[in-house]
Amino acid sequence: MTSRAAFVLRRVLLTLPVLWVMSVFVFLIIRLVPGDPVRTMLGFRATAANVAEVRRRLHLDEPLLQQYVRWVGDLLHGDLGQDLVSRAPLSEQLAQRLPVTLELTTLSMTLAVLVGVPLGVRAAVGGRWTRRLTDGFVVLGISVPDFWLGIMLVLLFAGTLTVLPPSGYLPFTTDPVQNLRYMTLPVLTLATAETAYLLRTTRGAMESVLQRPYVTYLRAKGLSPRRIVAGHALKNAAPTVVTVIGIQVGVLLGGAIVVEQLFALPGVGRMIVTAINQRNYPTVQAGVLVIAAMFVLVSLVTDLVVGWLDPRVSDGAGA
Amino acid sequence: MTAALALCDLRVRFPVGDGLVSAVDGVSLRVEPGEIVGLVGESGCGKSTLAAAVMGLLPPSTSVTGSVRVAGDEVVGLDDRRLRAMRGDRVSMVVQDPSTSLDPIWSVGDQVAETIRAHRRVGRRQARALATQLMTDVGIPAAASRYDDPPHRLSGGMRQRIVIAAALANEPSLLIADEPTTALDVTIQAQILGLIRRLRDDRGTAVLLITHDLGVVAQVCDRVAVMYAGQLVEVAGAQELFDHPRHPYTRALLGALPSATARGERLAVIPGQVPDLAHQPRGCRFAARCPLRTDVCEQAPVPEPVGASMAACWHVDQPLPLLGGAR
Repeated sequence: MTSRAAFVLRRVLLTLPVLWVMSVFVFLIIRLVPGDPVRTMLGFRATAANVAEVRRRLHLDEPLLQQYVRWVGDLLHGDLGQDLVSRAPLSEQLAQRLPVTLELTTLSMTLAVLVGVPLGVRAAVGGRWTRRLTDGFVVLGISVPDFWLGIMLVLLFAGTLTVLPPSGYLPFTTDPVQNLRYMTLPVLTLATAETAYLLRTTRGAMESVLQRPYVTYLRAKGLSPRRIVAGHALKNAAPTVVTVIGIQVGVLLGGAIVVEQLFALPGVGRMIVTAINQRNYPTVQAGVLVIAAMFVLVSLVTDLVVGWLDPRVSDGAGA
Repeated sequence: MTAALALCDLRVRFPVGDGLVSAVDGVSLRVEPGEIVGLVGESGCGKSTLAAAVMGLLPPSTSVTGSVRVAGDEVVGLDDRRLRAMRGDRVSMVVQDPSTSLDPIWSVGDQVAETIRAHRRVGRRQARALATQLMTDVGIPAAASRYDDPPHRLSGGMRQRIVIAAALANEPSLLIADEPTTALDVTIQAQILGLIRRLRDDRGTAVLLITHDLGVVAQVCDRVAVMYAGQLVEVAGAQELFDHPRHPYTRALLGALPSATARGERLAVIPGQVPDLAHQPRGCRFAARCPLRTDVCEQAPVPEPVGASMAACWHVDQPLPLLGGAR
């Protein structure tokens, strides 16, 4: 087996224990939250006998370990369980809501990469004014909280200018143009801090690469500054930037919860928030697990891409 | 014949605070085609600055005066574009540590081919073939199969061979080797020096070999220039320098070689320290550490040429009292 194939296999196998530990955490943490799903469902006038009966039917009277084994067993059969309130299968709910969250985060990350990375490169090689302008943007972008930014964007574009809808959602398949109009403000809200962060990361990575000794050697070979930046510095900075993008996907998925709430987008984040308020254990578990699994998947892809970009990583030589 | 490298009264000054600090001060030196000249001195004496000045690699704030001619063409005052056309083509450089001088992500073969393509209109496949041939020439076994390897899969010695292959890619008239063996094992050092020598013999490339290691000089150099505090103090044929060093600094350097010391004796040291670049004495710069110092040393010594050799000292060839207060 080549070292590269071994690297890929090792990295893929490593996701299994991570997923397992995550399932334990998800399962336990929602049960640590005070409150009882059955009492929430039945209302406070329900009799003790009723409550006990419903608890028994939902298997909530079993010991935790047994409940966990039942849940994971179902998961392994592809069954995410049922919503406690609506009794609908969670796989159906997720099939509707996951695309919303995916569209929101994908569009935000794409925008952040397309703007932040080129600006970061420019800032690394640019003059004093480029640096000052980008510094200002980075400080603002990172320190402004996204819920505040979202409200301001709504006030401006939906309130004063009335060019975009303040909230709501239509599936892309139903009406692509309307869908994108609904997505614009949430994406801007989520992407601003991300752009600033990627700009700073890219600039830092480029600057550190441009100070390495081999850059002098490249100059001694007679290469133009443009070739040194595009051909060598970018390639060497890319693994750092890609790693940060991978980590930031997790941050975006977290931010999506706030933004979906703010703009009434029917995504997974909103589903989780509602379910937490209802102590709707299976829904919270399924929602969080799916989001977490997506993050694990993105991390896996990130590491494989970094291994492909930097042969030292896949050789296990240490960068 | 046109010299491969001719330096005339080269001065390099860096702005520090309000003033200028002079790192290379009035150096004149010729390297003939096919000649290997060693440039020897302690760290900080200006050797590497001199190399950077020849390559035109100094930052724009640096003041460079005097003349640097590579194969007859003036380098001082060239614009960026012309400098780039010269670098890697007519003069190229091998740097100290091959583990940090190669791009860690590019394959080694592509890094050789890149130098070719930077200066010649050559297709991708032809550049690959030329680069593979160069890699074979510098002694990389099975060069074609190593072409796509990233640098970390090669040993230090093999990496330095790659750096040398890239430096020779366009058949430069001058190769500047700045401490090319310092980061390598002793056995590998000898191989790399042998390689530099063989390439000189085969291709007639002139080499300026910068080192602090007199052992390296003895192995490969035809002539030696000794540098102290930004100035050349002595230039002589290698054999002549080792047999009859004339400048007190050269003599002290040779006396400080471990091989010059009898077994059981303490190693000799040169007392005192290299003068601070910002506060150079007006006269001879070695005077403060020199056992032959007299009042005349308050004035800068006039270099005394003997044939192609030179020694900048008022007391050339005077017998030296024993060095090193330690004994």
